[in-house]
Amino acid sequence: MVPLIFGITLITFIIIHLAPGGPAEIQAEMTLKASAQAIENLRRLYGLDKPLHIQYIDWLKRFILLDFGTSFVDGRLVIQKILERIPITLTINLISLFFIFLFALPLGVFSAVKRNSLFDKVTTVSVFIGFSTPHFWLALLLMILFGVKLGWLPISGLQSLDISDMSSFELFLDRAHHLILPVFVASFGGIAGLSRYSRSNMLEVIRQDYIRTARAKGLKDREVIFKHALRNALMPIVTILGLSVPGLIGGSVIIETLFSIPGMGQLFFSSAMARDYPTIMGILVIGAFLTLLGNLLADIGYAIVDPRVKIGRR
Amino acid sequence: MGLLRIIGKRFYRNKLSLAGAVVVFLVITIALLAPILSPYDPAEIDLNNILSPPSRSHLLGTDELGRDVLSRMLWGSRISLSVGFVAVGIAIFIGVIFGSIAGYYGRWIDTLLMRFVDIMLTFPTLFLILAVIAIVGPSIFLIMLIIGLTGWMDVARLVRAEFLTLKERDFVLAARAIGVRDIRIIFRHILPNALAPVFVVATLGVAGAILIESALSFLGLGVQPPTPSWGNILTSGKNYIEVAWWLSLFPGLAILLTVLSYNLIGEGLRDAIDPRLWGSEGE
Repeated sequence: MVPLIFGITLITFIIIHLAPGGPAEIQAEMTLKASAQAIENLRRLYGLDKPLHIQYIDWLKRFILLDFGTSFVDGRLVIQKILERIPITLTINLISLFFIFLFALPLGVFSAVKRNSLFDKVTTVSVFIGFSTPHFWLALLLMILFGVKLGWLPISGLQSLDISDMSSFELFLDRAHHLILPVFVASFGGIAGLSRYSRSNMLEVIRQDYIRTARAKGLKDREVIFKHALRNALMPIVTILGLSVPGLIGGSVIIETLFSIPGMGQLFFSSAMARDYPTIMGILVIGAFLTLLGNLLADIGYAIVDPRVKIGRR
Repeated sequence: MGLLRIIGKRFYRNKLSLAGAVVVFLVITIALLAPILSPYDPAEIDLNNILSPPSRSHLLGTDELGRDVLSRMLWGSRISLSVGFVAVGIAIFIGVIFGSIAGYYGRWIDTLLMRFVDIMLTFPTLFLILAVIAIVGPSIFLIMLIIGLTGWMDVARLVRAEFLTLKERDFVLAARAIGVRDIRIIFRHILPNALAPVFVVATLGVAGAILIESALSFLGLGVQPPTPSWGNILTSGKNYIEVAWWLSLFPGLAILLTVLSYNLIGEGLRDAIDPRLWGSEGE
């Protein structure tokens, strides 16, 4: 764990020094692009006049206190900018995650059980198309069809323009209306991936001896599948839940940018476009840490559902 | 040779993967012949023909500068192709070196290298790529490089796993016994035996790289106009979403078809080289 944290911060630190010519170049560029205040902030944040290792240690100290400095764009605290973006991204991703599990698990399990049936073949092909489809293209097509041609769904933002005289229920409906397309697009690829994953897990389990035993002792198919096979096949899904933690907060750069949703992904993208280094680095480090956290949760979760795994021994 | 023939036969039997291979072959041909096939110069601006829908003279319509979309897509296939291959080439190069050294030497070298792999895996790939591009500035070479640099970890893990078992085999012990140098054992004796699964990951990797490049170009951080790429034609599609559906539909379809084909090939290869599936027919 500790070496990982060290490594993550080190790599992030190296990236900020990637700019051609190093920090000096950044400073020079900033004089053109940003105010003297911003340059001062940058210099203070990274201590650009000091030797590299001192800079790194200084930065690490600030980082532990979640002090990522202030944004070049509007001078606000980076951590504050990040925190205010989290709720909307989290909402969208939790809803998407719910739909992903709702559709993907039955799809995967049934195509495994009915292997080589028409259902399995159609699902398999759809799944391949699903994870070969560029998200942003799918989003564009849906925007054209439902937004432009049919006019059924809004194609950008989170709420309608005139919300002043709406009741809270209408507000809720309005919000839901705006979220349909983003959530659909966000779930699409996930459904493909997860159903493929649960299908192959299920196939793996069905091949096991204890399933053959259950069949041999005359249990009904339904009982074998749902009682014996399913539980074991779904265990690794706990891992997936853990692994989706970073995605929950990280959000999708593309979907949020495309639908003009003010979440983490969009913040990251606009910061990247504006070369707002403190914000970029802040989000990057947070993203990496969430991944770490997710991995940890996945391991713990797996150890809980699978009695064969003991924590502390791999 | 026997093994290769079995794999070839099994791959051939998988109709979907075969179809994928045909499409990939076509796309490569199109990319190579783009100058001959294109009905127009992809950069030729025709202000009398702005945003005209698909017609006989412009089969897939024109964009906001009156450029022929079909010609731009034909040329754009070169970008997808080269990004896919170069990025994956870089990823495999790094992955193979990391994986084989870690797997062969084991112990602290293994721990050190694999820890680095873990660290790299914790970064959300697209965020990392965007951060680097934002700092260094977008260019096609940077994109190939950065997709490769963020995509080698799977290869490394795979190669390492192969090496862990292969290095205990008799032919390796024999080579070591007669004093063959480590480098030679790693690259001449073990590596060729470890490559089969790498091809699978490589094929799937090409698909992934094409998707990432198109997304980056779409966001304006990839291939820069006027150079046509499937992704940046889609940017026009987004800008003129209200009036020009053809700018969105066709380039995306090309991406989908190409990526799908690589994925199908990869999956077919995976099934073909998996000995557990040999003998079980009718998949």
